[in-house]
Amino acid sequence: MIMLCSCREVKIVREDVKEAVQRCGREKHQLLEILGQLQKGTNFLERDTLVAVAEELDLPLAEVYGTATFYSLYSTKPRGRYVVRVCESAPCHIDGAADILAAVKAHLGVAVDETTDNSQFTLETTSCLGVCSVGPAMMINDEVYGNLTPDRAVEILQSYN
Amino acid sequence: MSIHRSHILVCSGSNCTLRASVPVRMALRAAIADQGLDKEFKVIETGCFGLCQEGPIMVIYPEGIHYCGVQPDDIDEIVETHLKKGRVVNRLLYRGEAEQEVTLPSTPFYQRQHRVVLRNVGAVDPENIEESLARDGYQGLAKALDTMSPRDVVQTMLDSGLQGRGGAGFPAGRKWDFTLRASGEPKYVVCNADEGEPGTSKDRLILEGDPHAVIEGMAIAGYAVGASQGFIYIRGEYQLSLQRFRKAVEQAREYGLLGSDILGSGFSFNVEVRSGAGAYVCGEETALLNSLEGRRGEPRYKPPFPANEGLWGKPTLINNVETLANAAPILMHGAQWYRSLGSEDCPGTKVFTLSGDVANRGLIEVPMGITLREIVEDIGGGIPGGRQFKMAQIGGTSGGCIPAEHLDIPIDIPHLDDVGASLGSGALLIVDDSHCMVDLSKTFLHFFAHESCGQCTPCREGTMLMRKLVDGIAAGSGTRKDLELLERITATMRKASLCGLGQTAPTPVLTALRYFSDEYEAHIDSGRCISGACGVAVGGMKS
Amino acid sequence: MTDNAVVTINGTEVTVPEGTTILTAAELAGVQIPTLCNHPDQMIKAVCRVCVVEVEGARVFQPACSFPVWDGMNVRTNSPAVIEARKTVVEMLLSRHPQDCLQCERNLHCELQNVSKSVGVNERPFPEETRDLPIDDSSGAVVREADKCINCRRCVEACADVQGVGVLSTVNRGYDTVVSTAFNEPLEQVSCVLCGQCIQACPTGALREHNDIDRVWRALADPNKHVVVQTAPAVRVAIGEDLGLPVGTRATKLLTSALRQLGFDGVFDTDFTADLTIMEEGSELLQRLQEGGTLPMITSCSPGWIKYIEHYYPEQLDHLSTCKSPQQMFGALAKSYYAEKNQYNPDDIYVVSIMPCTAKKFEANRPEMAAEGIRDVDAVLTTRELAQMIDQAGLDFPNLKEEEYDSPLGISTGAAVIFGATGGVMEAALRTVYELVTEQELPALDFTSVRGLDGVKEASVLLPLPNGEDSLEVKVAAAHGLASARQIMEKVKNGEADYHFVEVMSCPGGCIGGGGQPRPSTTERREKRLQAIYDEDEAMTIRKSHENPAVKALYEEYLEKPLGERRHKLLHTHYVQRSRY
Repeated sequence: MIMLCSCREVKIVREDVKEAVQRCGREKHQLLEILGQLQKGTNFLERDTLVAVAEELDLPLAEVYGTATFYSLYSTKPRGRYVVRVCESAPCHIDGAADILAAVKAHLGVAVDETTDNSQFTLETTSCLGVCSVGPAMMINDEVYGNLTPDRAVEILQSYN
Repeated sequence: MSIHRSHILVCSGSNCTLRASVPVRMALRAAIADQGLDKEFKVIETGCFGLCQEGPIMVIYPEGIHYCGVQPDDIDEIVETHLKKGRVVNRLLYRGEAEQEVTLPSTPFYQRQHRVVLRNVGAVDPENIEESLARDGYQGLAKALDTMSPRDVVQTMLDSGLQGRGGAGFPAGRKWDFTLRASGEPKYVVCNADEGEPGTSKDRLILEGDPHAVIEGMAIAGYAVGASQGFIYIRGEYQLSLQRFRKAVEQAREYGLLGSDILGSGFSFNVEVRSGAGAYVCGEETALLNSLEGRRGEPRYKPPFPANEGLWGKPTLINNVETLANAAPILMHGAQWYRSLGSEDCPGTKVFTLSGDVANRGLIEVPMGITLREIVEDIGGGIPGGRQFKMAQIGGTSGGCIPAEHLDIPIDIPHLDDVGASLGSGALLIVDDSHCMVDLSKTFLHFFAHESCGQCTPCREGTMLMRKLVDGIAAGSGTRKDLELLERITATMRKASLCGLGQTAPTPVLTALRYFSDEYEAHIDSGRCISGACGVAVGGMKS
Repeated sequence: MTDNAVVTINGTEVTVPEGTTILTAAELAGVQIPTLCNHPDQMIKAVCRVCVVEVEGARVFQPACSFPVWDGMNVRTNSPAVIEARKTVVEMLLSRHPQDCLQCERNLHCELQNVSKSVGVNERPFPEETRDLPIDDSSGAVVREADKCINCRRCVEACADVQGVGVLSTVNRGYDTVVSTAFNEPLEQVSCVLCGQCIQACPTGALREHNDIDRVWRALADPNKHVVVQTAPAVRVAIGEDLGLPVGTRATKLLTSALRQLGFDGVFDTDFTADLTIMEEGSELLQRLQEGGTLPMITSCSPGWIKYIEHYYPEQLDHLSTCKSPQQMFGALAKSYYAEKNQYNPDDIYVVSIMPCTAKKFEANRPEMAAEGIRDVDAVLTTRELAQMIDQAGLDFPNLKEEEYDSPLGISTGAAVIFGATGGVMEAALRTVYELVTEQELPALDFTSVRGLDGVKEASVLLPLPNGEDSLEVKVAAAHGLASARQIMEKVKNGEADYHFVEVMSCPGGCIGGGGQPRPSTTERREKRLQAIYDEDEAMTIRKSHENPAVKALYEEYLEKPLGERRHKLLHTHYVQRSRY
């Protein structure tokens, strides 16, 4: 089993944060944008990242953490390279989302909110992705897939390996 | 601008993109280029045509032929047969129930619709502002700046009777009026594009199909209330919308339709595009404001209302995407025209996302007052697979469940209120008789327990307590007492929660209990689930 | 905006200014509405929903705490539906609240308990669950038991807004929402200053002090220990609140009596070392003024403040006076001067402090606070803990025989007692510095410009020099509440502060509003305690520190002149740079 450590050197984190803050602005109201940009690389927000953001924006760390933990798209826990979000809202449920979720779980060998051993995939469920006419749907990182069947969902996952 | 023999519109809305519209478009462009036909045919990416179920959809003008379910493999035939020989590829035409090939605009799906908000969606390339301009884009703004005072604009909005299209249905003109009258500087206009209501994708498809209609609406609103800065808060999950809207804002700026001294009027207005980060509650307007300020997206207590104390405590007009997209047509054609559409109590049209167990799923715009039956049977093409209509959930997961006995209800605010439902955001989920209401209630409650912001007691605790009780009923361990507890919790949530989320979260379960109580009782008393979806102790189709 | 509104509450008409909240209007109409997240000194939160009422014409119930009245409004606070909703809300909270009320520190002093009773909860109808979150006792001063948190957020406001510290925040979402530190790190690991204002804000037992009562009982029972106790100035004007006396009662002589009955071998006063602090700190200030030391010099009595500057302005530590706090000076002297004088082995002396403060527990444990390996102070009890001990001992506090402090460490002046109030250290210092510098008697003792509850108070004092020609202008400021301290520190950091001397106290109102004081410490109560402190000052025969005979004797017999060698070891300290994150 290969353990990929996604933690980076503090120095690099700080540089990334400085850059993001420069791009978005130093005001508190840019916090969400800044966190969003910083998460792109690693799929989660490390402690060092939040510390550096708090320092740059002159905010308490707990406030930054409190804000980050409010939003589903952010994670303060390590996630895999690909975050798989299976929609479980009512329209997808009607279309058989439960079967999709079961197939994805079985294929990845993880439960919801878990990450595969090789750190490739984290499985999450999500509220509506707004593509209800073509449900069931799932999202892998920023990419949305619709009209899923259990087989097709697995095929798509395989294409990410 | 060069003249082309044909324009080929390929839908690039999210739903068609999921059905491979990008490869289709690339293959089409490649085929046309290969054959040296690029001077003759122009391929245009458009927004949603509405019939997402049948996507990817392609429309070829001037003939106006709609092709459905086009795949890259079909491109050669389209080029050879249609473009070069001028013959329609019959097998790709929309097939109605009778398996007769018909052209799309003649289907009931389109015939029963009335497109005001969606006027340009599917007709223009959303990434090219010139196409919007060619179809009256920014004419409403020009008219306002040229000929109307801010007060005139607000009065027109008041007279139109337009109600907010985000869910609450508050008269839009009154919000404009409050913000115009509010003291405090600066003022802001915020477009609520945090469309999170499950089963709703109308705002997404408007943003992706006709972003300029929204920018124009925001600028009109800014002029009317005295704001020079606008924000649009788009769901973080809507990456395509974000990307396209940013591009549209850039183009509007280049064309002087945003920025300072717009059209020489002295009015200045800018729009900043902001992304959400995954929180349903941010669709609540004050939660959205907190989120814009970089905080946890928790709703604020009201009063004060945003019109007086909104973003950073300043007077703020906050409207939904669809509401703002209505502004320009109303100014162009007048309040009376708008009132001539729709019903007495609810003027105008409403955009719905039709999903679930219905033949035609997708984006529709209908006059208010149309009956549920017309939507389901005519536009939706009925229930597929020989199943029966069981219920329609209108307004998203926080909306009520309407049973078959009310199929003839006119869709507007007062009529829906009569049956315990509400118009909501424009989701219309059709459910057939193979589904269990307890199982569906579980889905609703898992959603709310996850999306409650956690701030106020009734919603934070109530959503989870309801979830536990209904999970228990579904698992076969429920009792009659649980139904009483559910009633107590729902009553308290509806009356005592801080915001609309907590107040409406019980609605689907309440209506399920009202119209389908026998199913709950069957789970409790005899462990029976009609669909077998629930893991009750005995009975059920699967167990 | 000054228009009046006639509001009908449960059929009773009351006239109030328009915009008044329903809660206030109802109080005027004689109707009590239960609340939980509401706190008289804090911003409106309207999140607990316990105070919902029926407003005629409104679609849903409205929270009385936030909803403004209008003329002609008709409110029902007692309709069956409202009563049911309110009860359901509390029952919902209780479905996840630990059922250990009898063992809880807040038993019988708990707002949740009171509200639960007043809304008529008599069963637990809902599915129950405990969260089993860990109890954080890492700091040895402030304990967090998140299971008991009801998400009222009062501690968050106290920490972030009143104190400008912000180590507590609401985290997560939905059912998982809870008040926590970042990454749920223990308080000991974060930049918490342990001021205890969160404890003051908490309506339940979710936040409390680290309990040291049993350690003290054990020491008292140990025949080999000579157990001495010191009481901080602010304790005497507050302890009565927890023992059946009205707010603002000066209970000094009952306090000494009670301590003696508990078995303390020497009952002394931190006021003695407060006077000593003035001598040391005053001398240090004059030295800095004369020799060009770092200015402004900032007081160092308040351990929450010390921890704050160490975390948040670590590069500004030179501004701090090097004086230990009166608590630590006392401990050091008890185990040296007092021990020598009475021929005790310092190891056998056990020093207990009664403090209005939770951060004092941390201060006593600091590694620097042990001269030659002997801890200055062995145990710190808050005012509340002492009240608990007095209860345990079954003493009838209000009716005890009044008694005096023991000599010599119990002798003090009016200047010392005002250490308990914001501006008090400054005022005490000015009384002494004025007379030491000018060699004249101070015309008026009271420096009222540094008194009161404004966050930052500034003053300028002209000291006529003895040569008759020049005079020295001393610019001073006093801040209480760390958010106010931050205002001053930002000026200091940016080189914009032209003060010579600054007093900072961590807690709003100073020590009388400390985190270890009886709950609740509302503004109303703080004002009464402040008044009691100034009354105590006026009642003293000696009101200037340099006139304290016991302090004079201490210098003569043991310390020699201020700032000498021995004193450095016993009375002065140093600080450490800490991180903000």
